[in-house]
Amino acid sequence: MKDILMPSFGADMAKGEVAQWRVKPGDMVKNGDIIASIETMKGLIDMEVFDDGVIEQLLVEEGQELKVGQIIAKMRLSTEPEAEASEGKAPEDKAPHVGTSRLEEQPALATGKQAALEKQALSSVSGAATYAIKHRGDEITQPILKQGRRKKISPLALKTAQQQGLDWQQITQGSGSDGAIVLADIMALKQVGISQTADTDNALQMGKNALSEKSGAADDMRQAIGAVVSRSKREIPHYYLQLDMVLDKAQLWLTQHNQGLAADERILINAVIYVAIARALQQFPAFNGFYQNGKFEPAGAVHLGNAISLHQGGLVVAALHNAQQLSCTEMMMTLKDQVIRAREGGLRMSEMQDATVTVSNLGDRGVDSIQSIIFPPQVAIIGIGRPRTIPWVLEQRLGIATVVSVSLAADHRVSDGHSGARLLNKINKLLQKPESLV
Amino acid sequence: MSNLASIKTSICRLIEGIAPEADTETLDPHEDMRDELDLDSMDFMRLLEGINKELSVNIPESDYQIVNTLQSMAEYIASHG
Repeated sequence: MKDILMPSFGADMAKGEVAQWRVKPGDMVKNGDIIASIETMKGLIDMEVFDDGVIEQLLVEEGQELKVGQIIAKMRLSTEPEAEASEGKAPEDKAPHVGTSRLEEQPALATGKQAALEKQALSSVSGAATYAIKHRGDEITQPILKQGRRKKISPLALKTAQQQGLDWQQITQGSGSDGAIVLADIMALKQVGISQTADTDNALQMGKNALSEKSGAADDMRQAIGAVVSRSKREIPHYYLQLDMVLDKAQLWLTQHNQGLAADERILINAVIYVAIARALQQFPAFNGFYQNGKFEPAGAVHLGNAISLHQGGLVVAALHNAQQLSCTEMMMTLKDQVIRAREGGLRMSEMQDATVTVSNLGDRGVDSIQSIIFPPQVAIIGIGRPRTIPWVLEQRLGIATVVSVSLAADHRVSDGHSGARLLNKINKLLQKPESLV
Repeated sequence: MSNLASIKTSICRLIEGIAPEADTETLDPHEDMRDELDLDSMDFMRLLEGINKELSVNIPESDYQIVNTLQSMAEYIASHG
């Protein structure tokens, strides 16, 4: 009998929680099979076994937090004689013994009970491996658009695929709740004869399974973004406001500041705008915090989520901690450091989890304005367009000004347009006094 | 002129370090490189930092407008180096 322990996924991990068992007593498992989803600070991580054998006993309940190294299950290795399993009563549902590898057994796999079990097992796996980190209970509080997580496949689906020599890796998107590949997907794969046919594109379109193209990681990210924004549009009554803000004073200040400085010490106008936004937000708590369990909880500090577009496509939102306290220079350094790490790797978990509000900036080459979608459970997102030079009336005279359109999308359950308008005007006022932002 | 060519190569290498997916090989040296290669202001600033470090030319903000193509940037560096 072999003890299965709560694994460590890194030195900084002290505890983990079995978020979900992916096997039940009596299940045959093979080296590489996933037996549980472990919830950690690092997200939901799939746990494998590295032996062949039978799961004898599950010793902990789902949702229980445990120290690393604690015994969570027992398995009988296939090298051990069956008799040794006397301590546990033989599980009555000694589901398919894969070892026999007989096709006749397939119908059994697809029986209602099995299918239901499998569905059930997968349906509660939230936090799709590719994007969501769960914390604060069951809420997905922050979209984590992370690439490269491995595909989920139910043990049953995996066994079936292996038995039938089907290449399940070519399914980029399963029909399980979080995109996990379930038995139905394997059956569909088999039906269309996808492993032999060259006409994969047509085949992939078949059935309800949203099987998509090859580019796995990018697809995963696209899907993750899709899931988050769909939820947002479904649940959050957005309202939208926009204000053109003259940047001339801020830019004049910036030009003077940057004069004579080496490139690595210069400040970009974005940093100045971010500082103004963060400081204004601190005075308008109704736009900074989380809406959870039917009520809004304002956050103390402004952890400004910066939506960073990745060069290879997709985006990641990283928090600028305590942004209300940063000077323009500090903001610039933080922004630069974060953008580099977002694009080259090395974002920290805290950065990915803490944002209390988000800023979306399509950059100085993009478009005049952007109307954004709130990241739940946040209640506001501010969009920055590109600065543009236009005719502008100032003090009854027509002149030329550089303006930027700053938009606000906010949650009507928490605030009204009136206070949203005041927030935008506050940002504008701060931008007219850039020296106060230093 | 070979100097100019080597400067261009250096610039392209710097760009590839900042935005690995940028296709500098097909870049028209007379087109706006930020548009062509989808470089944002942060990328551009990092490019200028790299040029300062590796080619010892500091391009001030007031000259950004005249270094917006690969050709003009290389010429700028050649004449200020």
